[in-house]
Amino acid sequence: MSELSAGAFRRKPLVVQYPSLLIFLGLLALFTLGVTVLSEGFGIGVISTSFVKTLGKTLCLCLVALAMDLVWGYCGILSLGHMAFFGIGGYAIGMWLMYARTELIVIESLAGQALPPTAQEISDGIATQIFGVVGASEFPPIWAFAHSLPLQLAAVVLVPALLALVFGWLAFRSRVTGVYLSILTQAMTLALSLYLFQNDSGLRGNNGLSGLQNLPGLGDVPQSVVSVWFLWASALALGLGYLACVAIVSGKFGSVIRAIRDDEARVRFLGYPVEAYKLFIFTFTAILAGIAGALYYPQAGIVNPAEIAPIASIYLAVWVAIGGRGRLYGAVIGAAFVSLLSTWFTGGQAPDVNLGFATIQWVDWWTVLLGLSFVAVTLFAPKGIGGLFDLIAAKRSPDRHGADLGPDPGALREKEANE
Amino acid sequence: MSALLEVSGVSVSFDGFKAINNLSFQIGRAELRAVIGPNGAGKTTFMDIITGKTKPDEGRVLWGEKSQSLLAMSESRIAQAGVGRKFQRPTVFEDQSVAENLMLALKKSRNPFSVLRFRASERDRARVEDLATEIGLSGALERKAGELSHGQKQWLEIGMLLAQDPKLLLVDEPAAGMTPAEREHTTDLLVEAAKTRAVVVVEHDMEFVRRLNCRVTVLHEGSVLAEGSIDHVTSDEKVIEVYLGR
Repeated sequence: MSELSAGAFRRKPLVVQYPSLLIFLGLLALFTLGVTVLSEGFGIGVISTSFVKTLGKTLCLCLVALAMDLVWGYCGILSLGHMAFFGIGGYAIGMWLMYARTELIVIESLAGQALPPTAQEISDGIATQIFGVVGASEFPPIWAFAHSLPLQLAAVVLVPALLALVFGWLAFRSRVTGVYLSILTQAMTLALSLYLFQNDSGLRGNNGLSGLQNLPGLGDVPQSVVSVWFLWASALALGLGYLACVAIVSGKFGSVIRAIRDDEARVRFLGYPVEAYKLFIFTFTAILAGIAGALYYPQAGIVNPAEIAPIASIYLAVWVAIGGRGRLYGAVIGAAFVSLLSTWFTGGQAPDVNLGFATIQWVDWWTVLLGLSFVAVTLFAPKGIGGLFDLIAAKRSPDRHGADLGPDPGALREKEANE
Repeated sequence: MSALLEVSGVSVSFDGFKAINNLSFQIGRAELRAVIGPNGAGKTTFMDIITGKTKPDEGRVLWGEKSQSLLAMSESRIAQAGVGRKFQRPTVFEDQSVAENLMLALKKSRNPFSVLRFRASERDRARVEDLATEIGLSGALERKAGELSHGQKQWLEIGMLLAQDPKLLLVDEPAAGMTPAEREHTTDLLVEAAKTRAVVVVEHDMEFVRRLNCRVTVLHEGSVLAEGSIDHVTSDEKVIEVYLGR
């Protein structure tokens, strides 16, 4: 008996408990190494720099999908606002990138003058450069820390965390759940995006922040090298994020949040402060999303309010659903698969389909295909792509968890059958 | 001996319907009590009030030595204070194993940060195995709770309650859907549990209550109709009229 029960809750190393962890980290390392070797910057140049960037961005999307899976697939909170945190992360790092680079340009252009420029002149010059496009020439208060990389890096983590903390506290405390919470998170994203669209929001309105692919002070380093750096950073962040998520979901904490997902009231009667757990997960995943965004937008080169639009967060939910929610690798697979496919279809590389009476141009029809596959997955394969792994596992050895194999107690037991 | 739980003058109404009407109730530290009453007598609402799910319009609910009011506390705080509840329909976490279910219920800090750092000690595991043996599920620790039979789920939930080690156990129709043998085992467990803690059993089945051999409180239209031994209440005129006589 003890043989059988020992495995149930004995504390084993994470990798033994979660075999997928080692496989995942191995594949990620292999992928990163492969791309590096094939890249233009460090290797034989088979993969173009722009494709390296696409792959790096995909890793960031995988990280935010991981966050979504934790909050939705494990804790049952269907947040349709996590791309807002992603966008905030992008804005936070983008402000420093833009400020620091513009500062260098301004100093260079003022260097020719007879008198050395004062600090005020430099500051004005930067402000005019950055905000000329929205008809302003002064720094809004929100840019107070833009000169400092450490402070803006702190903002990448702290601003999404604070927003999630306040929003989550208000929402969870009032026991808003289910579809109402989803609507509330959509409203939050929409409000944020509409605010950022305004020119006087202080973040350049619908222009957003641009030129983020250029790292200040590293103008001599070609993009082919920078793109690989960001790929490494994204892979590292994804690997660490995956590790952190596994650590959270594998222990008793994971047991509690899955229980909250399945029967919130029951968990409350067990004495767990359900709201505190939800708030923890909501805030933690907002931070993950912020970090993912901070790595994504320097690779994309531009962040604007359209990125925070509600539809982005809905896409995120679609990726996780297609990949298979409630399992971490499912979210990663879904995000990578769907976003790369989306790049292929919308990039004009997919051949048009001529039906005789009409031609399907994928650039327009891709979203229809995505929508249909989302419906199909929800109806026919609720476990998503990740469910395929269950099929393989089931084929290899039907795990009956120690139950009798036959109808009467005298029948073979699983243990005997395996001997 | 002071009472563990003291409910006095509690009323609650839903859309004008008085579900509980000036109800008073007391239970001691180690006492088994059966609460019976026809449908709509307010049995479930009574449990909802004690566990904090429903806030009464008036009245007091006092708890423990310090006579704390339960009314100001959240459901989870009340549960932490030592009130355990078993629902009528077995509610276990079907997606998790029997061991995980029991481990969740085990009396430990409920704070998210200490749960995050939680590692099951040798003693915790032994306790889970003991509980599983007590409820006849020692061979099924690794099985998902969803795979268990209805009776086994009821057992598991009782096991989870015992794991919580509450001072007061509220049990809603524990014997529903059980075989006669399982009922007998349930009776034994409840009687055993009541030696060290207060147990309130809400039950429909008169035979089951008779076997519990304890004080009985009869509820009717939201207030206490009669209280005493099973023979006392079953011979009460009013009780016969509203409940048994029909």
